[in-house]
Amino acid sequence: MLTDTILFYIFAVLVLGGAILTITRRSAIHSAISLIVSLLGVAGLYLLQQAEFLFAVQIVLYVGGIMVLFLFVIMLVNLDDQAKLRQFNKQWAIALVAVALVGAQIGWFLYKGKDTFRIADVVAPGTPAGLGNVEQVANSLFSEYLLPFEIASILLLVAVVGSVVMAKKRI
Amino acid sequence: MHPITPVHYLALSAALLLIGTVGVLTRRNIVIILMSIELILNAVNINLIAFSHALQNINGQIFAIFVITDAVAEAAVGLGILIALFRNKETVQADEIDLLKW
Repeated sequence: MLTDTILFYIFAVLVLGGAILTITRRSAIHSAISLIVSLLGVAGLYLLQQAEFLFAVQIVLYVGGIMVLFLFVIMLVNLDDQAKLRQFNKQWAIALVAVALVGAQIGWFLYKGKDTFRIADVVAPGTPAGLGNVEQVANSLFSEYLLPFEIASILLLVAVVGSVVMAKKRI
Repeated sequence: MHPITPVHYLALSAALLLIGTVGVLTRRNIVIILMSIELILNAVNINLIAFSHALQNINGQIFAIFVITDAVAEAAVGLGILIALFRNKETVQADEIDLLKW
């Protein structure tokens, strides 16, 4: 239990520190590297909660796929001279105030409602014992959620075709 | 030290969401705005996994998979748009792209 607590705080520091660095760095490459740190912290949080399949998906897809895509685009559009410009827009003060208000609301709700989250005792009868996380995900994904799964694959096909159409000079 | 409860995860996820929102609202570089959107989607996923673990219910993880799918599609299309935009306007600063303003 103590190990879980310590690991949670380590991963939380990774996630939040990486996120803050992501939105404050001047160079887009540095932002991307910080985002990788943040995403790895999120993957650690998944592992901490016995979501092993999502841990693997997070590493392979986010850190391995999306971030490489980001890095490619950063190199492609050559942001070196853009890094010398002003980094924050003119509305940053209003944005910070609005975000602080939303944060105060969320914090207040979490503070007032923290007793309602003691759900450990009222847990519904669990999943069949002996099944690993990947088996459970597969059983649910390919029976109950088969139609959303197929729709998601069509969405990905549309996204692939769309991004090629937009990034290509002449079709 | 207190054991970790879902409230801890919710607070972490809210903080990540707010950081991502600040990034979207204040940065000028479109690439970093897209990265902030990834941060926001990750905050959603942390919430889903926290409740999936607390309730011992696998459906939260399924929804997290769909969120990741959407994040991938969004990143691919967004970066495609960004390349097309850079080819036409030679800028990636969000507030310099004001063709629709009068």
